[in-house]
Amino acid sequence: MEPVGTMHPSSLSIKDQHWVVAWDKDKCTLCGKCTAVCPVQAIFLGVHRKRTVNVQLGLSEKPTNVYGVYHGIRQASDAPHACVGCGMCTYVCPNSAIMPVHNEEIDKLRFHINEGGNPRRRGGRRNVPAYVLDKLKFVRISMLTDPALDAGRHEFELRTLLGRILSPENALLVEKEHGWAPPVREIYPLIIGSMSLGALSPNMWEGLQMGVAYLNEEMGMPVRICTGEGGCPPRLLRSRFIKYVILQIASGYFGWDEIIKALPEMLEDPCAIEIKYGQGAKPGDGGLLMWHKVNKLIAALRGVPTGVSLPSPPTHQTKYSIEEAVAKMIQSMYMAWGFRVPVYPKISATATAMAVLNNLARNPYAAGLAIDGEDGGTGAAYNVSMDHMGHPIASNIRDAYLNLVKIGMQNELPLFAGGGVGKNGNLAANAASLIMLGASGVQIGKYIMQAAAGCLGSESDRCNICNVGLCPKGITSQDPRLYRRLDPEDVAQRVVDVFLSFDTELKKILAPLGRSTSLPIGMADALGVDDYHVAQRLDIKHVV
Amino acid sequence: MCRLFGITSDEPLSPLVAIKALDVMKEGHDGSGVGLFMTDLAGELEPFKGYPILSGVFTQEGIRTLDQFMMEFGFLTKHKYSIRPTRKPPRGTPARDVYLIRSYEYPYEWEGLSSEELQNRLVDIRVRLRRLGEQNGSMTVFSFWPDVIMIKEVGDPIEVADYLGLDRIGLKSRVIMAQGRQNTNYAITLYACHPFFLQGFSSMTNGENTAFVPIREFLTSRDFIGYTGYQSDSEVFTHILHYTLKRLGMNLDAYKHIITPLTDDELKRHHDGEFLRRLKHSLRTLTIDGPNCVIGCLPDKTMFMAQDSKKLRPGIVGGKPGQYAFSSEMCGLDAAIPDRDKTKDFQPMKYDTVAVDALRKEVKLWSQWEPCTRPA
Repeated sequence: MEPVGTMHPSSLSIKDQHWVVAWDKDKCTLCGKCTAVCPVQAIFLGVHRKRTVNVQLGLSEKPTNVYGVYHGIRQASDAPHACVGCGMCTYVCPNSAIMPVHNEEIDKLRFHINEGGNPRRRGGRRNVPAYVLDKLKFVRISMLTDPALDAGRHEFELRTLLGRILSPENALLVEKEHGWAPPVREIYPLIIGSMSLGALSPNMWEGLQMGVAYLNEEMGMPVRICTGEGGCPPRLLRSRFIKYVILQIASGYFGWDEIIKALPEMLEDPCAIEIKYGQGAKPGDGGLLMWHKVNKLIAALRGVPTGVSLPSPPTHQTKYSIEEAVAKMIQSMYMAWGFRVPVYPKISATATAMAVLNNLARNPYAAGLAIDGEDGGTGAAYNVSMDHMGHPIASNIRDAYLNLVKIGMQNELPLFAGGGVGKNGNLAANAASLIMLGASGVQIGKYIMQAAAGCLGSESDRCNICNVGLCPKGITSQDPRLYRRLDPEDVAQRVVDVFLSFDTELKKILAPLGRSTSLPIGMADALGVDDYHVAQRLDIKHVV
Repeated sequence: MCRLFGITSDEPLSPLVAIKALDVMKEGHDGSGVGLFMTDLAGELEPFKGYPILSGVFTQEGIRTLDQFMMEFGFLTKHKYSIRPTRKPPRGTPARDVYLIRSYEYPYEWEGLSSEELQNRLVDIRVRLRRLGEQNGSMTVFSFWPDVIMIKEVGDPIEVADYLGLDRIGLKSRVIMAQGRQNTNYAITLYACHPFFLQGFSSMTNGENTAFVPIREFLTSRDFIGYTGYQSDSEVFTHILHYTLKRLGMNLDAYKHIITPLTDDELKRHHDGEFLRRLKHSLRTLTIDGPNCVIGCLPDKTMFMAQDSKKLRPGIVGGKPGQYAFSSEMCGLDAAIPDRDKTKDFQPMKYDTVAVDALRKEVKLWSQWEPCTRPA
């Protein structure tokens, strides 16, 4: 038996990797671009030894060996340098000589990404491509009695409300008595969900903000964006564009020093305040910004030292119970802006969401409830949280809506749904389905990263290194060498592209359903699915 | 598409006036059914205006159940005006035992009840009867209300009218609404046939309300026994009308704002925009969608017409002092009131509500751009 040298339990070959780099020696020019661009040094320039056996015809001369070398690509096989499949090598290669390909079997690497006893942490999303919303169809097509509308020429009003909406009786009472009515925002039903400056690079963040401002000011689309937990640049806080922004406060309170300082100088009120109690990608876990990304700018914004990891607690530590948390925190946030700004909580989808909902229903200030499903994304989390924790959004939002219907408050407390919306590219269809299941609006994160900035992540565990700030597209990196790859102007343009095309697609869905004058919230009679159990669970039509 | 015809007249009219108007408009409907609403009654039932009249279709067994049920509640029959067909029904019309039109005396225990309580009890009785009848199909109950008769049947309107003898001398009223088609969007049932009625409010609709399901959910979650049924998406129009005027205490002008609110951009330009915006927000779930022309009647006998926010359906009102008609087609109006000044005919557009009150002196036009009255 040949000796193989010392073997470590975690000694792996390339065959054991999740991604195997296929390299074509004939096409390679040895330019070195791929090794330079690789964010994890998974490939490096290698010297390959090659033996050629020269056999002459006849028996007069003995065969000879010729030993030679050639230069080319080698793939690392240790866990820290495992290929992440981002494909940047392919992107930079002038001859298409290199490409990471999926291992045909389940890799062995996954059993070893816990060196030092640290379980795997990563960015990205749940590594499950299936999404129940993709199975839903819109089956109630208007035909003879109610002819379908023209998506291109009819007038549509695709707006939603964010804020506590008074019951009709109370609204009339307030009018009569000139009383206080909770602030309500008329916004576009597709919202860019919470992604902090810190999780995202400055260029990405700026691009998103510019895109949103353009949509509002030039296209007349009241699109809103949430800051995530990381504060907001002081200049934006003091600008008129802050009205397009939902400020998030989460359990780490990062960035709120700057926000409070800016309060007296703010020209406009923010759109709303989102209190984050949970996140779909890592339910029951607080936010996490790993030390790699806490540079001087981010540290200044968040009021922390540089180079330290910033794990937010799983819950708001000053709070004792849900009643107290909701009542006190919502009240405080309302007070900060003179009761002019809606305040609503965001929770991760959970089997206990109805308890939260019922609590909010009894709180006359709660401006809505955002529920984030298990397919949501994150900049950093434990792999186990991402892959195995959480609740799908579809049934959670449906239950919540039907629960509100039961108590007659379906219009008073708007629900916002997120978590995997458009994960397989079906943004408008997924969003319309959620709205018809009962959501007043939809939050997106990963989709906008993919569509507006070219994020490479996928449900097959591709890239997903947002946590360590090595994003090869510069989307989630705080390293100027990386984030300068991303031009904020280009991102802004893509944001506008995404929203305009979404708007057209949404109309192409609603027009055949005969809907145009209001968003079809709860129009579940339009939905069908070929899975009996899904149909039963969501209380929609079973169609085959 | 449904054909709608409503007429309000100082001179009591036979329902045949409306049925004939439907017949003139027949080109556009399939003659699959007829629904009739009569109020401000004249003729034989005029002396009994103050007593609730039960309208519906009953089997003999249903009549027996009804009698027992009403006796238990202490109702005594005041006057019977039911139709018992003696001929073979026309093709497509099922044979029925009784088209009940019967007025009752209130139980003496009800004396002294507030009108609110009394009205709610009448709805409660009707809903109970409906549920009883649904168990075996013995009773189909359309209305139980003073000064209101309703008749609904499957079949060609003119043939059904002839079969039921609706030209009988004593059957007359000053307000009539008729609709000529069975519901085809959902299951064919008499409960799906317009006009619909609730506590003095009635409406019929020419179109389809694509926002039906969320509206139904909103109404059924209002905790009012009358918001039930919904075999047709158009029934919600009647109930929204009831909710607007009866529950919210608003006027007819608010109804149009509720079913077809102005757009956000329009409200920015409206001088009463802030109030209307709040109204729109609070009643967002009652916004209708799809093509709809609504003709309705209020408890004070005001007849009105309103269109959907895109004005996708036809609708015309015209007439002369003392007699006005609301019709989905101009030819229906021509047939009913040929001697009117046609230059004064009016076709309401997307912002308009037109109404003729019980005085029947003029057609009142109101636009959504005018101020909206606040509840008293």
